[in-house]
Amino acid sequence: MSISLDEVRHVAKLARLDLDETEVMSLQSELNALLGHFADIQSFDFQGQPAKMHAASMTNVWAEDEVRPSFKRDVAIKNAPVSKAGLFLVPMIIED
Amino acid sequence: MITRLSAAEISQQLKSKQVSAVEVTTEFLNRIESQDSHYGAFLAVDREKALAEAEAAQASIDAGTAGPLTGVPVAVKDNISTLGIETTCASKILKGYIPPYDATVVRQLKEAGAVILGKTNLDEFAMGSSTETSAYKLSHNPWDLTRTPGGSSGGSAAAVAAELAPLALGSDTGGSIRLPASFCGLVGFKPTYGRSSRYGLVAFASSLDQIGPLAKTVEDAALLASATSGHCDLDATSIKAPAISTEKLKSGTLKGLKLAFPKEMFGEGTDPEVRKATEAALDALRKEGATVDEISIPTIPLGVTTYYIIAPAEASSNLGRFDGVRYGFRSEGQGHIDVVAKSRALGFGHEVKSRIMIGTYALSAGYYDAFYIKAQQVRAQMTQQFLDAFADYDFVVSPTAPVTAFQLGELSQDPMAMKLLDYCTIPANMGGMPAISVPIGFANNLPVGIHLMAAPMRDEELLAASFAVESLFQVEPKRPNIA
Repeated sequence: MSISLDEVRHVAKLARLDLDETEVMSLQSELNALLGHFADIQSFDFQGQPAKMHAASMTNVWAEDEVRPSFKRDVAIKNAPVSKAGLFLVPMIIED
Repeated sequence: MITRLSAAEISQQLKSKQVSAVEVTTEFLNRIESQDSHYGAFLAVDREKALAEAEAAQASIDAGTAGPLTGVPVAVKDNISTLGIETTCASKILKGYIPPYDATVVRQLKEAGAVILGKTNLDEFAMGSSTETSAYKLSHNPWDLTRTPGGSSGGSAAAVAAELAPLALGSDTGGSIRLPASFCGLVGFKPTYGRSSRYGLVAFASSLDQIGPLAKTVEDAALLASATSGHCDLDATSIKAPAISTEKLKSGTLKGLKLAFPKEMFGEGTDPEVRKATEAALDALRKEGATVDEISIPTIPLGVTTYYIIAPAEASSNLGRFDGVRYGFRSEGQGHIDVVAKSRALGFGHEVKSRIMIGTYALSAGYYDAFYIKAQQVRAQMTQQFLDAFADYDFVVSPTAPVTAFQLGELSQDPMAMKLLDYCTIPANMGGMPAISVPIGFANNLPVGIHLMAAPMRDEELLAASFAVESLFQVEPKRPNIA
């Protein structure tokens, strides 16, 4: 089992990582090295074994739907790289 | 010298007015200033805030309302949010990020009167075992400056071992508290999953992450764990249980203790010297009246592979929040997606990108069942095998790490060898079990620790047993050869 350069580029697109070609190449070899190890667990037969998704002992947690104090707008936006009029500014998403 | 004392000793001196809280904090701040260039433990120190907290602590001591950590300085790993103090996760993508809130554990520390000294170095987003993936600096092992302090809580471990802080908080996803503790001759404790709130801990792999202490002694570790545990309704996985109690800490005894040693814990990469030290420690425990039975837990060798599917899968989702919009680094680009993809490519370091790629791949259509579900099945089986062992035994023992501290740079070109370092520590994260590393002496002239694991919620029993283990191994020298 191995991953091609095109697959690496596709996964990078899914992950929103604009990788340069040097990184694509090095990540391909790293991923392939790991995939070799992933084969270890594929050979094990766990038919019928439930999957454990979490280390937590509880099954579900409910909270009252109530208003709690939260950050003031100027505090919440203080770390934004670009903001305008108290809003997070992003590049245009839908062309007009 | 105040800086050589344990946190418990400092607390005693504060209470008996032999020293003031401001004097204590000033001593540590001065030592950081003059010595940290050798160790690279801290990313940020806020002298003014620390001294103000020390003054408040002194007022509480004078008023007779002091608790065990009042006036005691604590260093905090830089992936734990601190109100008003830059929190970078040792990543360029968070350079300049100043959290508008405290993590629950930091709030608890402040309520306990502890003094936050500063923020410690780590592998970028806690992804690594040597602190070498930090975007800012290398951290050095105080026992040998050419070696790594381990990781990912390497800055926290270096800070305590170099006596720049009496205590430090770390975080542990696959061994990131316990491995550096073993490498630096410290006690490192990962509580039961859910006993310490993760609110304000920048998430790496949420089902595995847990905050815990690095300390010079088991007593100090217990004091810090106690102050930073208890139910928190801002973390949905927080267990509804009281804080970890230190009441029975010193009542632990080795006589009659039933210990299990899984033979798989000596994996193929085990250093013969570490093996020798571990076997000698097990013999010493037997001499004190503990029984140590060799058992088999066949899923242990699958732990690293399982971890390298589950942790990156969760990380690929958790790190999706770093998009250059609400906080953090933002690159120029053509349109929204391009800005996000460029910000992430330039803001994250190689190891982080690598793990995001692994996780995205493992979760993508066609591979989800083959990798992710399979890994979670192994996790279920592994947890069950450990729980079965805990039905017959008090604790599971092993080495903490298969090796002692290695040279900086030695493994950075060998990602798989680096990943195997967490071989013994990963199972505790998989099953949410409490686990601790306690110093037992030296191998290769470097510190080496023994690892004890308990069934979930047996944190107090584990700490009490560790206290007894610690008193059995009177490790000499106690401190590295430092200024």
